[in-house]
Amino acid sequence: MFDETFIALSRWQFAATAMYHFLFVPLTLGLSWMLFIMESVYVMTGKVIYKDMTKFWGKLFGINFALGVTTGLTMEFQFGTNWAYYSHYVGDVFGAPLAIEGLMAFFLESTFIGLFFLGWEKLSKRQHLLVTFMTALGSNLSALWILVANGWMQNPVGAEFSAETMRMEMTSFAEVVLNPVAQVKFVHTVAAGYVTAAMFVLGISAYYMLKGRDMAFARRSFSVAAGFGLASVLSVIVLGDESGYELGDVQKVKLAAIEAEYHTEPAPAGFSIFALPDEEAMESRAAIKVPWMLGLIATRSVDEQVTGLTDLMDEHAVRIRHGIIAYEALEKLRAGDESGDTLASFEANKEHLGYGLLLKRYTEDITTATDAQVAQAARDSIPPVAPLFWTFRVMVGIGFLMLFMIAASFWYSMRRTIQHKRWLLKLMLWGIPLPWIACEVGWFVAEFGRQPWAIGEVLPTFLAASSLTTGELIFSLTGFITFYTFLLAIELFLMFRFGRMGPSSLGTGRYHFERDPGPLATPAE
Amino acid sequence: MILDYETLKFIWWLLVGILLIGFAITDGMDMGVGNLLPFVGKTDEERRVVINTVGPHWDGNQVWLITAGGAIFAAWPAVYAAAFSGFYMAMMLVLFALFFRPVGFDYRSKIGDARWRNAWDWGLFTGGFVPALIFGVAFGNLLQGVPFYLDELLRPHYQGSLLGALLPLLNPFALLAGVISVAMLTAHGGTWLMMRADHAIAERARKAVVLVGAVAVAGFALAGVWVAFGIDGYRIVSMPPTDALPNPLGKTVVVEAGAWLDVYTNYPFAILAPVAGFAGLLGMIGLAWMGRGGLAFVSSAVGMTGIIMTAGASMFPFIMPSSIRPDSSLTAWDAPSSHLTLTVMFWAVAIFLPLVLTYTVWCYRRMWGRVTVAEIEQRAGSAY
Repeated sequence: MFDETFIALSRWQFAATAMYHFLFVPLTLGLSWMLFIMESVYVMTGKVIYKDMTKFWGKLFGINFALGVTTGLTMEFQFGTNWAYYSHYVGDVFGAPLAIEGLMAFFLESTFIGLFFLGWEKLSKRQHLLVTFMTALGSNLSALWILVANGWMQNPVGAEFSAETMRMEMTSFAEVVLNPVAQVKFVHTVAAGYVTAAMFVLGISAYYMLKGRDMAFARRSFSVAAGFGLASVLSVIVLGDESGYELGDVQKVKLAAIEAEYHTEPAPAGFSIFALPDEEAMESRAAIKVPWMLGLIATRSVDEQVTGLTDLMDEHAVRIRHGIIAYEALEKLRAGDESGDTLASFEANKEHLGYGLLLKRYTEDITTATDAQVAQAARDSIPPVAPLFWTFRVMVGIGFLMLFMIAASFWYSMRRTIQHKRWLLKLMLWGIPLPWIACEVGWFVAEFGRQPWAIGEVLPTFLAASSLTTGELIFSLTGFITFYTFLLAIELFLMFRFGRMGPSSLGTGRYHFERDPGPLATPAE
Repeated sequence: MILDYETLKFIWWLLVGILLIGFAITDGMDMGVGNLLPFVGKTDEERRVVINTVGPHWDGNQVWLITAGGAIFAAWPAVYAAAFSGFYMAMMLVLFALFFRPVGFDYRSKIGDARWRNAWDWGLFTGGFVPALIFGVAFGNLLQGVPFYLDELLRPHYQGSLLGALLPLLNPFALLAGVISVAMLTAHGGTWLMMRADHAIAERARKAVVLVGAVAVAGFALAGVWVAFGIDGYRIVSMPPTDALPNPLGKTVVVEAGAWLDVYTNYPFAILAPVAGFAGLLGMIGLAWMGRGGLAFVSSAVGMTGIIMTAGASMFPFIMPSSIRPDSSLTAWDAPSSHLTLTVMFWAVAIFLPLVLTYTVWCYRRMWGRVTVAEIEQRAGSAY
């Protein structure tokens, strides 16, 4: 009954716009704090070079920030435009953190950011530092609230389905905010943003050192980023491991899919470094495993099991049948039958209602679903394994690679020999894209691993979409891709231009191209 | 819970109105400035003056729009779902136009090339004009009813797609609403430039305010007559109690000529809204004529508040009437969130909105003063 092309296009549009948006978010999250650190040093020591650092990195921050805002606009509206049934079904819970994000975080960040760029002459040193702090605080608070919202999609606590209003309703705001998944995701995500910003500043500073120009500026920027980055990359890894523990607790399907664990192993399970997941046969082949490791990460024990996908599917088939009963009772309730039996049957089975809704993909009338349809729906209840297995390993691999790169940068920066380590400087320069790749695949793992659910075990993705036409989706998706690609090209053009020009772009007369005018030092700025 | 459900439902109708008014006064000002940018700025320096009058504030101002969207999601999920997807093509055009603003402000003056800068100026114009027009058109369509219905799962469905959905929105009455919206925001932006831009620009802005303000007044008057005699309103015949759990399918609605004027019979003081609309706009024109930019700005804000409240009050309690199945209409009584969510969100607004206003005022005060061509020439490297 559902147009698969239409659903696929809707999902592509969300994935494309969200992943575009997240090209710009992590740098904002981390660089804002680094600007605050640099400016604090300036305010405390009065050394002008730190003011120049704040202004120059702030300029690159601004080029990035503009596209973060642009792509962020889409995010605020597209739940309503493209996921209308989702918006109706969970808006009572999901809308609240989004609105609070606007009130508490976006206002703070956006009201002060203009003064960060344009207020240098009109504000005292301390006032400007306060402005920088508020911007950083605001952007990080926005991450908190959007991850409260996203955490609830993964693990919908503090809410209950209401048969009267046909939607999920909030039962406890505190539970929604203190959702353990949300908390862990928040710290993991912002720390990943900090690493991104550190890698960005390290890489560009390394470029100046390789070119042998503006050495004092580059070395100081490099040290700030190395220190900030080391603390951050350690946090990302530790908190990533904490996410693994949360998954073992509340998102068993995602965990098993990431590990390509089709069959429940005896505890403690091993962690696969390599495997070839076979989706048809539901087997992983040629697995190379580290004994005990997965069991330790996911259950923090040696005797608890990590459930395999085939066993989870069997559990889901049972839940789908309970979901059918819940849906049957719901239809009776909606028709006005409020007898004790109907109510009791609904209350007993309503936690499985979402599983029943999985059948809507195959039959309009869930209550008459065949065994074959139940089996199909159960098969749908787990996501494709291979993409998750591999993207997860890319993310973790890059995480450890960046740990090594940043630790080495920190070490040589402390020993003040970094300018001579050309191999490391080159590695840092060419490594600039790494954190972005890790962030993007990280989100892929989180969101693709949530499938088939829009809201975990509550609302299937295919059911969440708006009643639009494929033509409309093609129009909007084409529009987004055209605009975003065009804007991204301009953004990269400006980033490269100002990145290459370096602090000379500030027009202070103190830097490389200003002493020895080069072709890039046009008076445009 | 201190406030009962019925009261909260009404408070949230007011709060969404306040957020929309806040949007019009702040971000609407930036859009108006964008609309005037290519016309009041003759040279590159003059255009930079225009841009830098709103440069430090446009981003914070835009959050009124984002927060209004988020608040509608949280407080009226059914409206957020039905309106944003029902106006899909229009929403996409708004988004695409809005894309030009963040990059336009930040990137325009980073490169010296004249074509580059001119292109971004028209980008900023588009980012002001298109959303201002479409928001007005959307209001014009809400007043006439929108072709949607809710099925038994409360999933919204619409009539038409692509151009078939977009073109019917562009009917004469809706276009008039669009003209009012563009005119009032442009005039509002003009009063801001009178206050904050260099004198030559302020003088051109002053003439624009008088001219465009007159269009807004005439449009508002014409729309009033049209609503009274030309288009049908919606009236609730029967519905569940106002404090009941929201069920948008539980009421009976009729379509009748003149029904949008019911509120002025039932609550005569509601007439204050259109009175404020006219008085504010006329005051703005008069004060601009006299060269009093600051007072004209305040008067314009009063006028826009009156106009938005007129539209809201005339439709009350309707938010989004359905033209094809009037019983599917969404109202302030049957579209809201649960009691708990409305309570939580009420406190969030009660705590954060005063804070927002406080630091917003601080930021405006710090950056206050007329932006001059001389200043822009002096700060050529750091200004927008």
